Amino acid sequence: MQHLSHLLGIEDLTHEQISFILDQAKPFQEFQRYPLKKLATLRGKTVAVAFFEASTRTRISFTTAAARLGADTMALQAESSSLKKGESLIDTVRTLEAMRPDGIVIRHSSSGAPEFVAKRLEIPVLNAGDGTHEHPTQALLDALTIRDRKGRIEDWNVTILGDILHSRVARSNIYLLSKFGAKITLCGPAMWVPRELEDLAPNLRRTTRTEEALEGADVVLVLRVQTERIHEPALAAEEYILGYQLTAKRLRLARPDALVLHPGPMIRGLEIDSAVADGPQSGVLEQVTNGLAVRMALLYHLIGSAPVDAPHPAKDRSNASD
Amino acid sequence: MRVVEKRQLLSAEEIGRTLRRLAHEIIEESSGAKDLALIGIRRRGVTLADRLVKAIRGFSNADVPMGILDIALYRDDLSTIGTQPSLQGTEIDFPVDNRDLVVVDDVLYTGRTIRAAMNGLFDLGRPRRVRLCVLIDRGHRELPVEATFIGRAVQTSDTEIVEVRLQETDGEERVVLVDRVP
Repeated sequence: MQHLSHLLGIEDLTHEQISFILDQAKPFQEFQRYPLKKLATLRGKTVAVAFFEASTRTRISFTTAAARLGADTMALQAESSSLKKGESLIDTVRTLEAMRPDGIVIRHSSSGAPEFVAKRLEIPVLNAGDGTHEHPTQALLDALTIRDRKGRIEDWNVTILGDILHSRVARSNIYLLSKFGAKITLCGPAMWVPRELEDLAPNLRRTTRTEEALEGADVVLVLRVQTERIHEPALAAEEYILGYQLTAKRLRLARPDALVLHPGPMIRGLEIDSAVADGPQSGVLEQVTNGLAVRMALLYHLIGSAPVDAPHPAKDRSNASD
Repeated sequence: MRVVEKRQLLSAEEIGRTLRRLAHEIIEESSGAKDLALIGIRRRGVTLADRLVKAIRGFSNADVPMGILDIALYRDDLSTIGTQPSLQGTEIDFPVDNRDLVVVDDVLYTGRTIRAAMNGLFDLGRPRRVRLCVLIDRGHRELPVEATFIGRAVQTSDTEIVEVRLQETDGEERVVLVDRVP
């Protein structure tokens, strides 16, 4: 497999690379069930976890993943950081780099920030979400959940429901699933599902009618509603619920074994009703466990790989078990 | 730098006889297979463990459980070898607590693989006992590790490599000593 130096997005990953990452996540799924959840494989390595945008779940997931691999973390959080004092992104990152971490996990409100950082640093950069651009680990954990629950990733009818326009989760999922032959339907209020989205992948259709979007769906990805946007003049919460909430009744229009995914955090009663969120078709809890497994696999491979000029041991390791 | 075959250590027939003998030894020295389980270290250790289980079933009717251990996450040489080895996963579907385990590998050399294997096993629970069965012990230990069940002990030098080739993994059945020549 072509060696990966960073994880910036799904768009540039090959089918083979994505399958490799998902296969490598499998042992880490098993690992979450061990009595002793501590490895030494990244012992001595430090991972800088730089979240320039608020997040609890993704940040905890990455931090736990690093810790379970035996690595230490350096935490940078926007509220408490020197960013508030006006320091530029590159200066903050250079400061972190001067403390010599072995990799950086970065979340930023500007699309392209991780790539900006990757071009300037010598260490692996993992994108934990950048602006409205990509959230690659989310798409990977969603794909893993789909593969486990439905036996494969290929060729499903996938409906994405909600504010697609502003969603990096939607974009990464669209890139990934279309590489695996998915027929994707984007559904939401008109201003959140503009025509330009059709350029993201082949076989994409758009609709503003939830019932139409859900018919025959094998996978339903419900997006979080950013409540700041729900008060725009165009749409009130009650209208959103009426038109776009995933209710048990609406879910019955999808295939009987359709999988429901949500990147979290859910607002019960807004984009999704509790019956669906807690029902047998919901994969939300597995998504969280799979997130940990995927992030451990990525850190293991990206941070664990030595730099190109690392010295080699004197003794041949050919008898080391392969 | 070329690799040159120096001599054959075990023929196909000798491998078969050696494994049968090891299977008998394991049962004799395990108070009748109570709590016994074999753990094969990927990859060739798994093939060997599988054959041992079949041999044991053949002469004693005992059904000894077998697990597969991937030691990649426990190795101590990863930061020096470049790209991380792919993980193939550990598959041990029985509890390890209080078990009498025999770890199986093809070659015992520095002992680091076995150290890693023990780390892996102890992450899963607390076995009652862990012993080691290897087809070839080639000396040059760097850690205080020993095998209880040994197919053949061989004197080797540092530039030599012991290649265990098995039908299932390599398409042929023999053990050879190869050397690297400039």
